[in-house]
Amino acid sequence: MSGGSHLPARAGVGFKPRHFKEIVAAPEPIGFFEVHAENYMGAGGPPHAQLGALRERYALSIHGVGLSIGSMQPLDRDHLARLKVLCDRYQPESFSEHLAWSSHDGVYFNDLLPLPYTANTLARIAEHIDEVQTALGRTMLLENPSRYIRFAESTLPEVEFLVEVSKRTGCGLLLDVNNVFVSAGNSGVAPLSYLDAFPFDRVKEIHLGGHHEQTDDAGAALLIDDHGSAVAKSVWTLYEHVITRAGPIATLIEWDNDIPDWPTLRNETLVAEKILIATSRASAA
Amino acid sequence: MTASAPGSFEASVARALLDPSEPVPHGITTDSGGSPARRFAVHRNNVVVGLIKTLQARFPVVEKLVGEEFFAAMARIFVAKIPPRTPILTTYGEEFADFIAAFEPVREIGYLADVARLEAARTRAYHAADAAPVNPSRFAVLDPDAVSEIRVTLHPSAEIVRSPHPIVTIWAMNCGEQELAPIEDWRSEDALVVRPHLDVEVRPLPPGGATFLLALCSGHTISEAAQAAFGDHSEFDLSRSLAELISSGAVVEIIAP
Repeated sequence: MSGGSHLPARAGVGFKPRHFKEIVAAPEPIGFFEVHAENYMGAGGPPHAQLGALRERYALSIHGVGLSIGSMQPLDRDHLARLKVLCDRYQPESFSEHLAWSSHDGVYFNDLLPLPYTANTLARIAEHIDEVQTALGRTMLLENPSRYIRFAESTLPEVEFLVEVSKRTGCGLLLDVNNVFVSAGNSGVAPLSYLDAFPFDRVKEIHLGGHHEQTDDAGAALLIDDHGSAVAKSVWTLYEHVITRAGPIATLIEWDNDIPDWPTLRNETLVAEKILIATSRASAA
Repeated sequence: MTASAPGSFEASVARALLDPSEPVPHGITTDSGGSPARRFAVHRNNVVVGLIKTLQARFPVVEKLVGEEFFAAMARIFVAKIPPRTPILTTYGEEFADFIAAFEPVREIGYLADVARLEAARTRAYHAADAAPVNPSRFAVLDPDAVSEIRVTLHPSAEIVRSPHPIVTIWAMNCGEQELAPIEDWRSEDALVVRPHLDVEVRPLPPGGATFLLALCSGHTISEAAQAAFGDHSEFDLSRSLAELISSGAVVEIIAP
């Protein structure tokens, strides 16, 4: 068993500052809140005031989007130091990042970019995760990306790559079920066959979000992971499949674009919560 | 460059992301469906549109003044020219005002760059360190003669933005703080941007007020700062400027002589 998270096996939600007043005015039993680390790296002001207030009442997940763990270049030590300050200050139940890169030669691209899966890149990512875990003094979670392209030089399937990274470093995995659906759809494989190989015992958190469906220049489906809508029905089905097999796992609703009002977002967490509760009952029976 | 050189994929992808004229990097393929170019375009779009949105969020009044479409086109050029050098995007666009000042298509809109400076200062103030403002009663108990010899420390969020244009009025009218109306009296406006507690405030400064505050920031006494302000503007009113400074919550420390 790999560690890396003390989040409760309940439904949580990505925190949006516009919901803060409603959240504190009528606090509800949300499993946890997740925030993007990079939004809390200023010196002070409302971001820290809000995060501090949430922290007092709720479990917290800090989710990095800018460390560029998947880069072949050295990690940004300054950024790692900022992450340490943030984790030390808020003591989150979980810290997670992505199997992706976002910076090169000092330029930050603000996207989660893919990498080839080879023995070389595997060794590099494992080194980076060791470095992160040593610097933060905690075990982290690594998230599967949403993929649109493939590198011809890849020799390992993504799941095998993730398992091996987790085995070498002890990091836990963050399974983004929407990303599985998007990546599988974009590479013409069945999402279930991707999940069949997934090591559920290493999964410490699940992400669910909305995606957008387009058609590409060959008329094939092109799924875009935009976190701009409700979780799709097909992704809920996939999620039920995961929870039935894996048991209850902390589950986050991500909705970052075209952000809905708080009751709508809260309702999405209730759908996940219902599935989690049904599974715990079934496994207890 | 060979495919086996560690990291070679990264350099070629990085190059192609911000330059649409670059071909799709060698070695990128798809498992189904359309061309690698169409799939790679998703990443190009994520990068550029994401950064344009970041600038929209930071410069909403500039966007309102030039329109959404024009703003996006202008921001796209800025993004390609000055991409972020840090993953902290909360203050991305520090160079945007200077970029606008030199951007030929908006040369006629002389005030646009200064409005951008005001909006940039607001974001910095939002994220600046916290500090408790001095209670106004602390000034009231000071001997009037002693007041002229004190120095003050301003709030870490405090910034002065100066302009030959009425930028505070333009900003206020376009962010909903003031009703939109023709500006009859087109004159220079300076602003104090400060976040004494959780809300960022933009306060127009009276004549000489900016010089007064800048002198205080440099560590001058009240009387020295007032002298500088008089030199700048004969109608500088010390008691008014001092009263406004105290009520603004921008003073966090009084340093006695």
